Amino acid sequence: MVNMRRTDTNNPDYYHKVVDCQWACPAHTNVPEYIRLIAQGRFDDAYIVNRESNVFPGILGRTCDRPCEPACRRTRVDGKPVAICRLKRVAADHKSDIKDRIPKAPAKKNGKKIALVGAGPSSLTVANDLMPLGYDVTIYEKGPRPGGLMRINIPAFRLPEEVLDEEIGYIVDMGVTMKYDTPVNSLKELLDTKEYDAVFVGSGAPKGKELVLPGRYDTDQVFIGIEWLESIHFGHIDSVGKRVLIIGVGNTAMDCCRSAKRLGATEVKVIARKTRKYFKASPWELEDAEEENVEILENLSPVQFVVENGKLVGMEFDKFTSQEVDGKLIQEPAGRITIPCDSVILAIGQENAFPWIERNIGLDFDPKWDMPVVDKDTFMSTREGVFFGGDAAFGPANIIWAVEQGHQAAISIHKYCIGESLSDRPPRGQTLASTKMGLHEWSYSNYFDPASRQKMVHVDLPVRFSKMTIEVEKGFTEEQTALEVQRCLNCDIETHFTDSLCIECDACIDICPVDCLTLTENGEEADLRTRLTAPALNMEQALFVSSELKQTGRVMVKDENICIHCGLCAERCPTYAWDMRKFALHLPYAGRPAPVETVAQVAQVTS
Amino acid sequence: MSYLAKPKVHHPSLKPNALGLTRRDYEGALSTLCAGCGHDSITAAIIHAFWELDIEPYKVAKLSGIGCSSKTPAYFLREAHGFNSVHGRMPSIATGAGAANRELIMIGVSGDGDSLSIGLGQLCHAIRRNVNLLYILENNGVYGLTKGQFSASADFGSTSKKGEVNEMTPIDGVTLALNLGATFVARSFSGDKEQLIPILQAGLQHNGFAFVEVISPCVTFNDHEGSTKSYSYTREHMIEVVEADFVPIRSEITTQYEPGSVKRVQMHDGGMVNLRKVAEDYDPTDRDKAYAYIRNCQSEGEVATGLLYIDENGKDMVEQNDVVDAALTNLPYSDLCPGSEALAKLQLRFR
Ligand SMILES: Cc1cc2nc3c(=O)[nH]c(=O)nc-3n(C[C@H](O)[C@H](O)[C@H](O)COP(=O)(O)OP(=O)(O)OC[C@H]3O[C@@H](n4cnc5c(N)ncnc54)[C@H](O)[C@@H]3O)c2cc1C
Ligand SMILES: Cc1ncc(C[n+]2csc(CCOP(=O)(O)OP(=O)(O)O)c2C)c(N)n1
Ligand code: SF4
Ligand code: SF4
Ligand code: SF4
Ligand SMILES: [Mg+2]
Repeated sequence: MVNMRRTDTNNPDYYHKVVDCQWACPAHTNVPEYIRLIAQGRFDDAYIVNRESNVFPGILGRTCDRPCEPACRRTRVDGKPVAICRLKRVAADHKSDIKDRIPKAPAKKNGKKIALVGAGPSSLTVANDLMPLGYDVTIYEKGPRPGGLMRINIPAFRLPEEVLDEEIGYIVDMGVTMKYDTPVNSLKELLDTKEYDAVFVGSGAPKGKELVLPGRYDTDQVFIGIEWLESIHFGHIDSVGKRVLIIGVGNTAMDCCRSAKRLGATEVKVIARKTRKYFKASPWELEDAEEENVEILENLSPVQFVVENGKLVGMEFDKFTSQEVDGKLIQEPAGRITIPCDSVILAIGQENAFPWIERNIGLDFDPKWDMPVVDKDTFMSTREGVFFGGDAAFGPANIIWAVEQGHQAAISIHKYCIGESLSDRPPRGQTLASTKMGLHEWSYSNYFDPASRQKMVHVDLPVRFSKMTIEVEKGFTEEQTALEVQRCLNCDIETHFTDSLCIECDACIDICPVDCLTLTENGEEADLRTRLTAPALNMEQALFVSSELKQTGRVMVKDENICIHCGLCAERCPTYAWDMRKFALHLPYAGRPAPVETVAQVAQVTS
Repeated sequence: MSYLAKPKVHHPSLKPNALGLTRRDYEGALSTLCAGCGHDSITAAIIHAFWELDIEPYKVAKLSGIGCSSKTPAYFLREAHGFNSVHGRMPSIATGAGAANRELIMIGVSGDGDSLSIGLGQLCHAIRRNVNLLYILENNGVYGLTKGQFSASADFGSTSKKGEVNEMTPIDGVTLALNLGATFVARSFSGDKEQLIPILQAGLQHNGFAFVEVISPCVTFNDHEGSTKSYSYTREHMIEVVEADFVPIRSEITTQYEPGSVKRVQMHDGGMVNLRKVAEDYDPTDRDKAYAYIRNCQSEGEVATGLLYIDENGKDMVEQNDVVDAALTNLPYSDLCPGSEALAKLQLRFR
């Protein structure tokens, strides 16, 4: 039997993992910190904390895929995560003029020139990180304005133009050279100019998938989702048939069905091959669509477009029955059905296309997927000095991944330009500072608020359908914000244990409302997990294990899973063996390494 | 203590008992004792014991005197009855309550000051009468509430926090109770819930006075070097002479013992206690031998712990006095107070 080793809380990963949201966020946004700042009405500070890691708080506060929310500890406590994403929007909407706090490009350039292809979130992040270091950055953009899919595909009723303009403006205004309506048609030509020290490709995954079935080309009423949305954005399309079918049930499908409603469609049906559990769209996207009376039909697979006299009249589908056996979906054929319709929108996925990258310039493509070979850590291709990020690197993902990959690529580009090894990734650091202010006072609100998740209020249906650009979500009211911020469990205020101080009095164990703590004989992790005050069955959540304690040789074990960070263990501990310490994760950015030394600021312990 | 009430939220795996109540339902008000006080740990053990025995809180009466220990009934079973008496007088209240309602499940919590100084006479007579009560003496060697003066249980030669030496010999609750004929005598430690919880459960099922002394360090006034009631001193000097395993009525016996190593005692109010001797020549059913053994430990500087003596054949107070089977509180008034004629008849017997 191998006993568990003393948990290494000096490794920033340990406490970082306790902050479930920050760990799940691709850019590691310091969520609890900005929520506390909002609670204090410090919207500017909350915005800046966000911007540091995710660059587009106002945009993301409306559109982020929010991997943080399913991870949120609050879900495991009362079923619903903190509305992390929409609180980001609160900070963005209520901040004052923060232009002064945006990093500026120095007057003196560093002499290095970088070209970025595409003006989507990945390229913009690279520019954001490199401009303050003195780089001369040029963005080549095929379209007339910056933003990429955020602008031309995400409909304005979810993301208003002003928000895009403002946050993109903060970056462009640092002095980026913007070349609009300038597609790069040959990477070789761009490289051959030798004008640039490095090139970043952030051109996205611009092609919607085709569905070639009988009848496809016999009508002009079948559209490819992302192209269709783009045409709506540019005003080339302003109407659609009354009865519309959307094929596919991912994120694009959700924007298509809701856009159709705004173009005058009365009957909109989204067609899914599988059952709800397997849909790619997020639960909240489905809810929003259903609120707009969009119907979602399951277990249907397209067979053909039914065209009569050159007019699309319907679409034929194979029907299935579905049942789940041992966690697997088993589908059996159950006949056919034709659903009448006037227009069909295909939203079955996106593909990458790089017709403008030559295959003989030392930039390898994976033969199977026809995708560039890109290093997962450095984001450099096999051609030195050419970097990829965002959807162009590994296929369609989302904005927050594009941002994080932009940060990482910027680190690499900077290292490349100053001749450092790219694979030596800069480490993260942490600070731990006691929050103890007095016998029963902490510098955070440790009270557990039983409030339930606030529901976002939406604009009335007739009003929102009247125009494409009416933002549906109203944003949280002051009252809602005040309640929602208190739901955050302050997972960055860590229960920090000093082994030598514990006298094994059990006080902390007895007071813990959620049975996190146990004093017991050490053992193997699997065995230890069954011997705790409450069994630790969530294997994704770590156990903290102390060294052997001096009085009995037992160890203090904490299951991080359900801890509500109430600080009662530390309040009850007579010796300060438990302290509530604020954990701050320090992330490295291009040209700005993280302070890696662990600085422990400890409250003065007097006895 | 803390200012924040323990939030209502609980772990998803928190189990209900046969009554559908969770451990949290057996809690009481927020403790105002010092952080790390042994008494709080005993409170947690009491909560666990009642929860596991599926006892309905409203059937319980919590009684106590004065002291930090005597404050603790407020911190468990918020739905039970309770009486916080004058210093040292809890046994009288228990005697009265037990006489009036023999169906009450009574738990008394006292301290070494409350029991062995001002209330010593009360304690002795409650034992003598065999009042049906689980009596917990939370022993920390000091008067905690009045800031740490030596109590009657302070060991000879032990020192106070400020360094004063105690020159008086101690009164030992366990040998006292054995001497007075108590039918259930145990000693445990607040820092050892595995031992304490089964003892409390057996004590609750015992018919008669169940005396349980629990060494319960006072972190504020008696947890220093030179104290013989500190966490570390107790851990170094306690020896377990009998291991008690309480088996409630409904559960099957799962623990395997070597044949002959275990004594089984059927408890009056249900359940069974398995007593496993840890010390070779110890017999928890022989009062004289138990007494001698414990005294011997004492002179060796060891603190004997466990369910030290048990006799399930004793008669409790109501049996001794032939009290009617029903609780007096449930009798119709006409039976309880049969009138002047009946009184006159009764008085005749004493003429
Ligand atoms: C309908 C739809 C809705 C979405 N909704 C969300 C959402 O709610 N939340 C979310 O997080 N993500 C969403 N996404 C995904 C998200 O928009 C993308 O993952 C993200 O924009 C990718 O960023 P990027 O920087 O990699 O590229 P893109 O945003 O795709 O930007 C690429 C840019 O490069 C330009 N370009 C391409 N080729 C060239 C070239 N050869 N020369 C010059 N310029 C070129 C393009 O014009 C474009 O401006 C959605 C996607 C779609 C299609
Ligand atoms: C009649 C009376 N005399 C004296 C006191 C003062 N007094 C309060 S608590 C206490 C001693 C309590 O000691 P103990 O029972 O050991 O309780 P602890 O606080 O140590 O748990 C004394 C003497 C009192 N409250 N009432
Ligand atoms: S902070 Fe301490 S008492 Fe509160 S839930 Fe976490 S471990 Fe339990
Ligand atoms: S309260 Fe403090 S001293 Fe007591 S067991 Fe917990 S950590 Fe140890
Ligand atoms: S003074 Fe001692 S006995 Fe009283 S609460 Fe504090 S630690 Fe407990
Ligand atoms: Mg005392």
